[in-house]
Amino acid sequence: MASDVTPQLSWNLVHDVQQLFEFHFMVNAFRAGTVVAVVAAAIGYFMVLRQQTFAGHTLSVVGFPGAAGAIWLGVSASYGYFAFCIVAALLIAAVPHGRGRAFSEESAVIGTIQAFALACGFLFVSLYAGFLNGIDSLLFGSFLGITDAQVVALLAVGCGALLVLVVIGRPLLFASIDTDVAAARGIPVRALSVAFLVVLGVAVAEASQITGSLLVFALLVVPAATAQRLTSRPGVGLAWSVGLGLLITWLGLGISYYADYPVGFWTTSVAFAVYVGVQIATRATGARAARRRRTLAAAP
Amino acid sequence: MTAALVLAAGSGIADLFAHPFMRNALLAGTAIAAASGLVGYFVVLRSQVFSGDALSHVAFAGALGALAFGVDARVGLFAATILVGLGLGAVGTRGRPDDVVIGTVFTWILGLGVLFLSIYTTSSSTGNGAANVNVLFGSIFGLSTGEAVAAALIGVALCAAVLVIARPLLFASIDEAVAAARGVPVRALGIVFLGLVGVCAGEATQAVGALLLVGLIAAPAGAAQRLTDRPWLGLGLAAVLAVAAMWIGVLVAYVDGDVPPSFSIMATAGAIYLGAYAVSRVRTARAVARVGRGPAHRTWPDPA
Repeated sequence: MASDVTPQLSWNLVHDVQQLFEFHFMVNAFRAGTVVAVVAAAIGYFMVLRQQTFAGHTLSVVGFPGAAGAIWLGVSASYGYFAFCIVAALLIAAVPHGRGRAFSEESAVIGTIQAFALACGFLFVSLYAGFLNGIDSLLFGSFLGITDAQVVALLAVGCGALLVLVVIGRPLLFASIDTDVAAARGIPVRALSVAFLVVLGVAVAEASQITGSLLVFALLVVPAATAQRLTSRPGVGLAWSVGLGLLITWLGLGISYYADYPVGFWTTSVAFAVYVGVQIATRATGARAARRRRTLAAAP
Repeated sequence: MTAALVLAAGSGIADLFAHPFMRNALLAGTAIAAASGLVGYFVVLRSQVFSGDALSHVAFAGALGALAFGVDARVGLFAATILVGLGLGAVGTRGRPDDVVIGTVFTWILGLGVLFLSIYTTSSSTGNGAANVNVLFGSIFGLSTGEAVAAALIGVALCAAVLVIARPLLFASIDEAVAAARGVPVRALGIVFLGLVGVCAGEATQAVGALLLVGLIAAPAGAAQRLTDRPWLGLGLAAVLAVAAMWIGVLVAYVDGDVPPSFSIMATAGAIYLGAYAVSRVRTARAVARVGRGPAHRTWPDPA
């Protein structure tokens, strides 16, 4: 039987893909990965636009004690991720944001909170004796053992989050690009910001279950940042972001199925390669365009 | 009764130092905490907490990279954190760092750490299965005497180095332009300082782990800056508060064996920050009340 053989890459791509989907756990990994990639990339696009990357970072770190605590209490880690991420999002929304000198103060607070959250996660893991090995999958992700029910749950929550994003998308875009004008035009900027942070919490909680708490950025930031490098049109950028998110997830999962090393390494590496590649490409085209402008200007 | 209590406490403390692991933990911990407090004061003052965050990722990848290639974890740890610290200084991180670039690069470095971890755990049969947990969350009770002495010496040297450059660094941190005009080598200082932050990150990783070192650097320093505006007092206070967090944390973990020391240290540091926050709020409220009681209900001119 083929299932006894370790997977081997061949030049026959169709065969490779068939091999990839031979096991149910791998099918589920791809289903979950697809859902997560779409949700994270779409919401991440707005997050990067609103420059709330560090809110995303804090939320992802807070997810870790949530998941560890849930496992310690004997509940599914998913509940822990969602509960902690959403509560943390509401807390972040409640804290006023300082500017200027307050920034140094604020960053000290954020650093302290993140370290404390991680320490709490470590405490829960230690209290749940014998679980020390599971810490890796909580921090760095794992695609093994995703059940059908989990895929359905991810899909349902992801659809809900995307639906909210569709409803608030247009005013949110306006509020993100020019807060003052949007507020003057009667858009509820504050309420939108709170709603967005909650949606962001949901996206982080979803992504954490595939990438682990520490590597969420690979799906949340990289596709969005790369897309914004490629185009400044929001609709097109959103599509790019989702496309790149899917590419990173599928490639990451596919390679880690064939190669020995963990999925966290492959997704972050693919993400990094995509980001660097696009940076180089856009810089090259930018330089060429500048040269063309110069020659045009020099021409009589 | 009081005498009995004192006696009991005395024998308890004697007990404490009877264990070599406690002696090592307190020896290394004190030096590491003092250094973290001093370095942290400037890190917070210069708004470079996120560089500390970046260094924590590097510390993880560096330590596990060294283990994967069969070298002492500390070699990779310090090499990585110092190099990246100097690199960050050379690139320049004034003002708000570019979140997206930092996030992308350091997520990948963390991914590399995961790769090294998997190489280390699959290739070496003699490998320590908990090595990654130790690197991520520290193992201050697991330090050998040699490691503790080395950590203490590096910590003392680090404190000395920070104190040597403290005066010009303070000037450069508070008003960079004026300092540069007065001939202070602002740029070189910035690079040297981030190199020292790298050393500090390597030190703190041994005590509380790569993931938690930001807390040890930021919390006592943030608390000190809440409590006083005077720089030298604040600098000293940051070191004292960090050492207090370390001692209380280690003692709590010693008394309750279920609590990992890294957690109790972080929890104490967080509590210290909260306390400082409360004190500064009360002070502000009192100051406002005093102003309010002044010349009755004067209308202030509109600032605009």
